[in-house]
Amino acid sequence: MASYRELLQQVKGEIDEIGAADARERLAAADGGATLFLDVRELDEWDEGTVPGAIHVPRGQLESRIEGLVPDRDRELVVYCSGGSRSAFAAKSLGELGYANVTSLAGGFTDWKRNGFPIETPQALTPPQRARYSRHLLIPEVGEAGQQKLLSSRVLLIGAGGLGSPASLYLAAAGVGTLGIVDADVVDDSNLQRQIIHSTKRLGEPKVESARETIQALNPDVEVKAYEERLTSENVERIMGDGWDVIVDGADNFPTRYLVNDASVWHDVPVVHGSIYRFEGQVTVFKPQEGPCYRCLFPTPPPPELAPSCAEGGVLGVLPGIIGSLQANEALKLLLGIGESLQGRLLLFDALATTFDEVSVKRDPACPVCGESPTVTEYVDYVEFCAGPKVTS
Amino acid sequence: MTAVRIPPTLRGEVGGERQVEADGASVREVLEDLARRYPALESQLFEGGQLASFVNVYLGGEDVRTLDGLDTAVDGHSMILLPAMAGGS
Repeated sequence: MASYRELLQQVKGEIDEIGAADARERLAAADGGATLFLDVRELDEWDEGTVPGAIHVPRGQLESRIEGLVPDRDRELVVYCSGGSRSAFAAKSLGELGYANVTSLAGGFTDWKRNGFPIETPQALTPPQRARYSRHLLIPEVGEAGQQKLLSSRVLLIGAGGLGSPASLYLAAAGVGTLGIVDADVVDDSNLQRQIIHSTKRLGEPKVESARETIQALNPDVEVKAYEERLTSENVERIMGDGWDVIVDGADNFPTRYLVNDASVWHDVPVVHGSIYRFEGQVTVFKPQEGPCYRCLFPTPPPPELAPSCAEGGVLGVLPGIIGSLQANEALKLLLGIGESLQGRLLLFDALATTFDEVSVKRDPACPVCGESPTVTEYVDYVEFCAGPKVTS
Repeated sequence: MTAVRIPPTLRGEVGGERQVEADGASVREVLEDLARRYPALESQLFEGGQLASFVNVYLGGEDVRTLDGLDTAVDGHSMILLPAMAGGS
């Protein structure tokens, strides 16, 4: 039976090792992404400092998580721990898993630091945050870096109603650090069949305050900026000026939708658009300059008899739950920079038939806002449309 | 015959149907046939002989305005009529 020392010697004989100076050169050359540094230490060691750009997976989870983190088995990997022993065993395991270009950092992070080579200190989540977001941290596409990104993200929700309720709840639960909510209404009996962020005891309260209470009870990490006002040409610049990464549009009228669109194009902020009526909903993403905007899709609003609001036409209570959750999903992907967004695609959901359909949405070169020769260059307040937009100011 | 998906806001004009059928080789012919079968639809689909600007028509998932407009050949595809919906609350 081999002693630990003998086993380590044997394993070191079977793997490739690299010294700190050579590893430093590889790091400098890795700007193009050729070499990936893999830190197999424990979390408390990682929190103290790492090789810049390294990814972290504790030795005990290496075999189970590496395929998700590094799918390419030909990727050049430099594995390190604190002194070079755990990383030697890790390198051997990686070789057995088919990773062909693995090197262990001899002397480990201790030697790296002793040489005065660059280190970075990860922005660490607190222990309660690690517990709260543990299911995100387990997903390679989110992980600790993604969670940090969400915590520093800012999403503006237009409306704390049917769509805004589920969207803001899921974004808050996900740890999006700042949620702005624009809504001038108070909670009414007729809202509670679907607007799940509010409750019976909040009847008569401003919706933004009711939403803030629910969100803060759900996740104290989230700061809510409440705008108890209707979005208009007068306040849109002030609200946009607070700086947002994504807008979630759950407005209940066309004038606001066009205002949100124009502001998003001029401020270069993507919009996750959702709308609902009776049993049917639509979702898409408008990303300025990269894809179509709302005016490319619907240059002209329909006449009022074709555009009844939910108040007139009704809506199945669960429908905004589905559409608003899809909006939250799109918003999270945009914030994390992962997946494929609904940009250029309008998703149509029919709750009665339980079908999803998709139609393509293209950028319109003649679009009055994002086209080649824009004709709309300042905010306009539309009145509730009568067979076409009428400008009141 | 072309299957035409009717949006909820226009179903009153077609007896509440979610999908109806109409005949024609081009988008224009199909929509005109639709308007013949359901006269109340005409003013919702056409403005001065052209497709109303507030209605989007998709053929095989593509906006016909990005194809050949009303002259687009239907070619066995199904059609979706889609006006904008504003509701969110």
